Amino acid sequence: MVDIRSGASEAIPLAEVEDVELYHPKSWWTHYVFSQDAKIIAIQYSMTAIAIGMVALVLSWLMRLQLGFPGYFDFIDADHYYQFITMHGMIMVIYLLTALFLGGFGNYLIPLMIGARDMVFPYANMLSYWLYLLAVLVLVSGFFLPGGPTGAGWTLYPPQAILSGTPGGQDWGILVMLFSLILFIIGFTMGGLNYVVTVLQARARGMTLMRMPLTIWGIFTATVMALLAFPALFVACVMMLFDRLLGTSFFMPAIVEMGQQLQQSGGSPILFQHLFWFFGHPEVYIVALPAFGIVSDLISTHARKNIFGYRMMVWAIVIIGALSFVVWAHHMYVSGMNPKFGFFFATTTLIIAVPTAIKVYNWVLTLWRGDIHLTLPMLFALAFIVTFVNGGLTGLFLGNVVVDVPLSDTMFVVAHFHMVMGVAPIMVVFGAIYHWYPKITGRMLNEAMGQIHFWVTFLGAYLIFFPMHYLGLLGIPRRYHELGETAFIPESAHTLNMFISVMALIVGAAQILFLFNLAWSLKRGKPSGGNPWRATTLEWQTPQTPPAHGNWGNELPVVYRWAYDYSVPGAAEDFIPQNQPGLGMPTREHAS
Amino acid sequence: MSVMLIFLAGIAAIVIWWMGQQRLTSRPWLEVGHVGHPGGGERSPIPTARIGLYVFLAVVGALFSLFVSAYMMRVGTPDWWSTPIPRLLWLNTASLIVSSAAMQWAKAEAQRGHGATMRTGLLAALATAILFLTGQIFAWRELTQAGYVLADNPANSFFYVITGMHGLHIVGGLIALGRTTTRTWNGVVTDRTRLSVGLCATYWHFMLIVWLILFALFAGWANDFADLCRQLLT
Repeated sequence: MVDIRSGASEAIPLAEVEDVELYHPKSWWTHYVFSQDAKIIAIQYSMTAIAIGMVALVLSWLMRLQLGFPGYFDFIDADHYYQFITMHGMIMVIYLLTALFLGGFGNYLIPLMIGARDMVFPYANMLSYWLYLLAVLVLVSGFFLPGGPTGAGWTLYPPQAILSGTPGGQDWGILVMLFSLILFIIGFTMGGLNYVVTVLQARARGMTLMRMPLTIWGIFTATVMALLAFPALFVACVMMLFDRLLGTSFFMPAIVEMGQQLQQSGGSPILFQHLFWFFGHPEVYIVALPAFGIVSDLISTHARKNIFGYRMMVWAIVIIGALSFVVWAHHMYVSGMNPKFGFFFATTTLIIAVPTAIKVYNWVLTLWRGDIHLTLPMLFALAFIVTFVNGGLTGLFLGNVVVDVPLSDTMFVVAHFHMVMGVAPIMVVFGAIYHWYPKITGRMLNEAMGQIHFWVTFLGAYLIFFPMHYLGLLGIPRRYHELGETAFIPESAHTLNMFISVMALIVGAAQILFLFNLAWSLKRGKPSGGNPWRATTLEWQTPQTPPAHGNWGNELPVVYRWAYDYSVPGAAEDFIPQNQPGLGMPTREHAS
Repeated sequence: MSVMLIFLAGIAAIVIWWMGQQRLTSRPWLEVGHVGHPGGGERSPIPTARIGLYVFLAVVGALFSLFVSAYMMRVGTPDWWSTPIPRLLWLNTASLIVSSAAMQWAKAEAQRGHGATMRTGLLAALATAILFLTGQIFAWRELTQAGYVLADNPANSFFYVITGMHGLHIVGGLIALGRTTTRTWNGVVTDRTRLSVGLCATYWHFMLIVWLILFALFAGWANDFADLCRQLLT
């Protein structure tokens, strides 16, 4: 099947890729703190994202405590509950997942996987991180300002988001949220320019687009999407700030509040929804596409088999990216829009299932008759596939207008999006960390702790979110602080809520074990060597582990093959690195 | 959102055109060894900084398309009274056009290696762009003094927000242009100078085009288009 041409070993002059001017740090501060090295920036991004993610995790605990045991915890009143929900959602979607996949993995993996020394605009890259950190600090400041953070729900729908009835609506909460988002978007744009242009311009010699690992394809496409989608959120935030601070009526209709007519009138809340979801739906794929890419590489490496249908995988990523810009209004079926629109958006939504399904088939077919090593990255990759399929199937329910209308704003929706864009991408995050931690630190993560972490997280997540679908079908609404005595809600639903809450506490605790593992293995993990997974991609072929500043020593790598030459018949090893010209056996080089 | 979708269609056309040259139908698993064809991993001949600028302009374009989309969705609602266009805006538009032309001249002089005239061009561009910004502020004052304040009417709100956003982008451009001007003060034209001046010129032309579209929008010439869009969507 694999045609190894005899021309493979032809020498290629190395000097044809000119070296970039590399910035060299001069002091400890510019080396480790205000660093322009993408690898350091990646670690800064990741640690900040994980730290703020832990805040969001604790918030979800508090929410679950209230839902599972209403009335037991006096300090969680309705206002606090809404604040917890809002901050949990916003942090997880934007400040954790987006920042971690693009800022963290993007920064670390793009230069290494394409054979570059660094990002093309290192200074902007550094600014990107510091703006992100500032955005996070501004966001967190909401907890300490009078009135607390905003409780508008992560979608921040006006008019309620900026009215006094919503926590933070007339205090500082909504302001710091909007400012923080604006800072995040400006920071992200600086980083995003880097990711895109680095992939376009800094690839090593021989690294054609079709030889790039799918991880890079995923991150690249997601970044392009994010660059085009985040401006919508930016516009929405700016206009809402004007409404809140200067009394304009972009989104604010005429409202009587506490018997008083507000000065605004005529604004369109639907306009905000359009802007928000024009960002919000691509955002789902901004998180999912890097996960798709990474999981493809994990599966191929740990099943020792080339990825099935590489070209289809690339095309599917691009097509999903494009289609995700024309489905946004499926979040707005209940906003009273024209039914013809509903039909259009339902159709585009269901069409996205086609390229997505192709990807799932290809993952499964890659596994088929592969030499599957059930390593931790592989376990998480497998967990991703089943979770994503689960979440995708409920997406088919919700994508149809008639089914969505009764299910809208119930726990079913919560279960759906947690499965598809919460649990599934987080599984990939974990898999990727277990996979690349040896490259970042030179040590393996502890296997026993990893196994406990995996099984508790995987099974626990199902025990949390599977029952939640059922609650949704019962009609239990989302966003309610307390269900109270309601005729249609049976006693068993309350018991189930209690069960979900206990599981949420346990799964959360498992993440603390994971963080402990990250710290513990830094010093005591088993030394990994340069290429513990025997992988083909370039980041595993660096002269040093962890890679030094400039990544490649004196000579940039030259790429001779695609990223998936696993178990090639006739080769010396069951993998051939991308920068290796022949099969690894000089005596038999021309035999094939 | 029709304006934004049209903008995206344009971006998509560029992406498709670019991807068409990238051999996306090749079979990488069969192609081991030297890739001796164009697009075989070599960089584009366009300088990296210029590609970076183009990507950035796509983001800026998306931003303004979204503002215009929002405008289009809000325009013509019962509480909408169009803001009158101060005559000063014509003058501002003229100065921005002159600024853009001066940048183009500076770029051409830089290509020819004439450092002194290039500097004159850059200074002219800086001065006229500052004139534009000052004019915009005076136009705002004129409007507020005539009673067209920000929060009174959505038309005013949009006018101030969008022109403000455009002004901020000009300010950003001025910072870059100022840096370029000081860096080339000695009049020695290097490749780096040519590149920086060229990038500033591109940005200037882009912001001019954005302004002309916005101006047409505020002047009401785009209303027919808006009506058409609304008919298509309702």
